[in-house]
Amino acid sequence: MKLKLPAPPIPEQLKPAPRRPGERKPSASDTLKEGGTSAVAWVDERTSLSGGARWMMFRKVPKGTNWFYTLGSATMFAFLNQAMTGVFLAMYYDPSPTNAYESTRFITNEAFLGEFVRGMHKWGSTVMVILIFLHMGRTFFFGAYKYPRELNWVVGAILLILTMVMSFTGYLLPFDQRSYWATIVGVNINGTGPLVGPYLSDFLRAGPDFGATTLSRFYAIHMLLIPGLIAALIGAHLYLVAKLGTTAPPWLKAESDPELRKESK
Amino acid sequence: MNRQEKEEYLREYALLKAQGKPFFPYAVAKDSIMAVIVMAVIITMSIVLGAELGPKADPTTTTYVPRPEWYFFFLFELLRIIKPPELVPLATIGIPTICMILMILVPFVDRSPERRPERRPIATTFGIFVIAAMAYLTYLGANAGSPNEIEREPPAQIAAAGGQELAHWEAGKQVTAQSGCLACHKIGENGNDGPGPPLTEIGARLPKEALARTLINPTAPMPSFQDLPPEKFDALVDFLATLK
Repeated sequence: MKLKLPAPPIPEQLKPAPRRPGERKPSASDTLKEGGTSAVAWVDERTSLSGGARWMMFRKVPKGTNWFYTLGSATMFAFLNQAMTGVFLAMYYDPSPTNAYESTRFITNEAFLGEFVRGMHKWGSTVMVILIFLHMGRTFFFGAYKYPRELNWVVGAILLILTMVMSFTGYLLPFDQRSYWATIVGVNINGTGPLVGPYLSDFLRAGPDFGATTLSRFYAIHMLLIPGLIAALIGAHLYLVAKLGTTAPPWLKAESDPELRKESK
Repeated sequence: MNRQEKEEYLREYALLKAQGKPFFPYAVAKDSIMAVIVMAVIITMSIVLGAELGPKADPTTTTYVPRPEWYFFFLFELLRIIKPPELVPLATIGIPTICMILMILVPFVDRSPERRPERRPIATTFGIFVIAAMAYLTYLGANAGSPNEIEREPPAQIAAAGGQELAHWEAGKQVTAQSGCLACHKIGENGNDGPGPPLTEIGARLPKEALARTLINPTAPMPSFQDLPPEKFDALVDFLATLK
């Protein structure tokens, strides 16, 4: 004899509806799919994000799009790598003149995978700079900065400058001989500029001389100010890319397809 | 671009776009493969090249040679090439600022509708020129001897003697370069003009014994060199004595 457990006393509304005749029992994957769909639907009902996602993901890229067109997203991945490894470095780094070198030494020699993560950050910057220049070269030689994409070129050029500022401010942080002296020279070079030069170098040094707060100032610029600007501008850059579409290689002409001509009327 | 050219472009682009493929999954697949390659390159570089940490920053040393990250070499080299002091601000800030402004303004300067690189000879030549100039300056910067280097040929007499004597002279030149003399003294085209007097013709002004005395017991703020190993000290004195 089989023992049947009594059904728990759940309210009427929550009881699953009885199956219709001929309907098979839903499998685990069906339930999962339905659960997923309803969760996405719940979010979408409240945010209407699906339209934007569809607009971004299912837009068409023109014919002839080739590997040169991956350089931009590759630069963005290099930036994401910098952001991720930067977070882990910031967990150990101490931007004070007395402890900066010691904390970098700790990261390099003692922390678990420390040298590896620092190496990824250090060489990631090189990779990012190379990729951003290649991406810019592609844009230039393909004439992709022309109407209607002028503004996106401007955003990209600012991103390039900000990337260079990132590497300038980041170079000081390990606080070894090399970074210290290169930064002294770099800041002095800024100081020779016309009009704003002296103010700029005073701002960077936090005073007329390289002092106790210079390092923390560089650190704040390097990990808060510029990355925020870069992230925001990447957003604008991507929005414009999706809005205007990526260019086709300049030597490509559209085939005159009779079907298409009919449609475009 | 006038209005007609704009409309022509937009029409042509709409056709090309209609004949293209959706971003997802086609372009996304390529981008993902590229992302994996980028990560693989970064990880490999990190493992193979590591992250070295030099000696701790020491604000009291003056002999350390500043070197920027390699992608700033072209700026660094610009500074070395342009020597006259009145042009230095031009090299340090002027040219880079002009380049940055020009870079931002590219789409407003070049407004022709043509996009094919071979039919835009000015733009393409300009682009190649900029790349070549940056590559050349980076190459020069990478291969530049340190700013502590002294560009000076051995005097004819010593060059003719060769062998031991020439090696001794070269050793003296190296000691001079490494001892940071150029931070305050000028030798020929190298080094800073002050606060110390130029050493270009020091050998003509002071005999060897006086040079040695000055090096051991100098006027402040010049440091004393009496702790140098004797053979280096001799090489240093003999080198300075040949500067005439």
